[in-house]
Amino acid sequence: MENHCQHLISGLLDAPVSAEAVFDEIPTALILLDARRQIRYMNRAASALTGYSTQEAKNMACHNIVRARAYLKDSPVSKISPDTGPVCVHSDLINRERQRIDVRITIIGLFDPDGRCLGYVDAIEDLRAAAQPETQMHPAFGFAGMIGKSPDMVSIFRTLPLIAQNHSPVLITGETGTGKDLAARTIHENAGRARGPFVKINCGALPETLLESELFGHLKDAFPGATENRQGRFRLAHNGTLYLAEIGDLPLALQARLLNLLDNNTVYPMGGTRGFQVDVRVIAGDHRNLEQMAEQGRFRKDLLFRLNMVRLHLPSLRHRGDDISLLTEHFLHKFATGFGKDIPKTAPETLDLLSTYPYPGNVRELRNIIKYAVNVCRQHQIQPDDLPAYLSRKVNPAAGAADPDTQPRPVPGTVSGTAQHSAEEAATWAETEKQMIIDALVRTGGRRNKAAALLGWGRSTLWRKIKQYQIQ
Amino acid sequence: MPRKILIPLYGHEVAPRFDLASEAAIVSADHDGTWGKKIVVLAQVSAEKLCHMILTKDVDTVICGGIEDPYYQYLNWKRIRVYDSVIGPWKQGVEQLLNNKLYPGAIVGQQEESKSNGR
Repeated sequence: MENHCQHLISGLLDAPVSAEAVFDEIPTALILLDARRQIRYMNRAASALTGYSTQEAKNMACHNIVRARAYLKDSPVSKISPDTGPVCVHSDLINRERQRIDVRITIIGLFDPDGRCLGYVDAIEDLRAAAQPETQMHPAFGFAGMIGKSPDMVSIFRTLPLIAQNHSPVLITGETGTGKDLAARTIHENAGRARGPFVKINCGALPETLLESELFGHLKDAFPGATENRQGRFRLAHNGTLYLAEIGDLPLALQARLLNLLDNNTVYPMGGTRGFQVDVRVIAGDHRNLEQMAEQGRFRKDLLFRLNMVRLHLPSLRHRGDDISLLTEHFLHKFATGFGKDIPKTAPETLDLLSTYPYPGNVRELRNIIKYAVNVCRQHQIQPDDLPAYLSRKVNPAAGAADPDTQPRPVPGTVSGTAQHSAEEAATWAETEKQMIIDALVRTGGRRNKAAALLGWGRSTLWRKIKQYQIQ
Repeated sequence: MPRKILIPLYGHEVAPRFDLASEAAIVSADHDGTWGKKIVVLAQVSAEKLCHMILTKDVDTVICGGIEDPYYQYLNWKRIRVYDSVIGPWKQGVEQLLNNKLYPGAIVGQQEESKSNGR
């Protein structure tokens, strides 16, 4: 590209623009190659990465300039055809300064309408800047955002990096709120395909026909209302990871299609006969017993065996021992900082109460409990009275009938103390909250400003919740 | 004493990566410019093994492509002359070395064989 006049991009803007002006300013290394993989042009970022100038690189075999492992061993170029999308590989290269650099290479094939290869565009991302410090990736008592120190969790933290490094499908099981989504994302982020897309779909959230189109895509006019081609989630997740949440809700017909896809890595959109090769890692998650569902004929056994190649079971919070206090401190710090409150710790009796609760909603429920407590807490410690009332009721079902002297004393000036008594009967969190609002309004004689202050909320929050609960 | 030169190979070319070469040419060159070669297939692809072979075979010069700095420094410390980032057919690289025309980063015979080997 020594002559600017010879390399113009025309037809897109009002006047032709210089290709160098476009490509040289792009921070990702881009290399344009001919069909024999000889370099025709590389941008400034590619020059900086490899140590070779555009002129030196011109007409050279790519593997001599970009000395990447992927070009020399099992080159992915052979996998590219008009029916495949770009191929992404994690690799390393040695540049002219004798540095070994971790890179992610995306190879895009350029084909004419007859399917003849015209050339390639290789985009090379330098992964040095993206690499997080080890301490940030793996905080004490945790791994990449997951927190715990119980033996089960420590074992999972040891296993996760190993699972991440292979390409097998993964089945994540565990009760609701145990962190299946987080585990799926952690696997993706610690894998070689971390820079690729992470696409999630909840199989239980869509009816069967929509789900099929969402997963596999459709062609225009494939069914009434299909006014344009649509790429499915599998194609969107190409070179990345697809997380199928609540896989047990996938209808049997789609289970067969999914099995077929896992076997030959080809997506056939609805209404189409031409397949599209995808490179997608599938992670499935469910809170139910899939083996039992398979026995009952509600889940295909062959799909279960295919997904069950790598199994990760997340323990429920009540079986994680000291993790409850660890997570409590973590969420307390997080929400207190977020809400700008000075609540450095939790009272010992609060921790006792929290550690005896069974947590049917697991970590998600604990997080919401602490979020609520931080919201209503008006001291420097989370007291038992700051916790949602249903918590103490479930932990001690006889509390309502017990001697009043043994009941926690209401803290003067707070709603939770007074709300607790009347909210004892409330069955759900929403009812508890509604009752708290009513109590606050009764105490303040219906004055919303004072009620909001008493609840520790803003006026607009109280107004919204009054409307939400239809309190007259 | 004849010169002993080692060149990690990638087909007919100098291997683009020192650490990924699976074979190497060991050239013994006399002062009159004549030279003979021996091709060694490596049991294992490894920069460490290649360094070990360079030392045990009494090699005094290495012609290679990309090499990581620790290995480059190690070979220099062992008084082995390393011509790195050399691109092109390995035999022409040897010829240029014996004619005192080779330098680190040299591109030898680039327009012929390099093109034909483009992958």
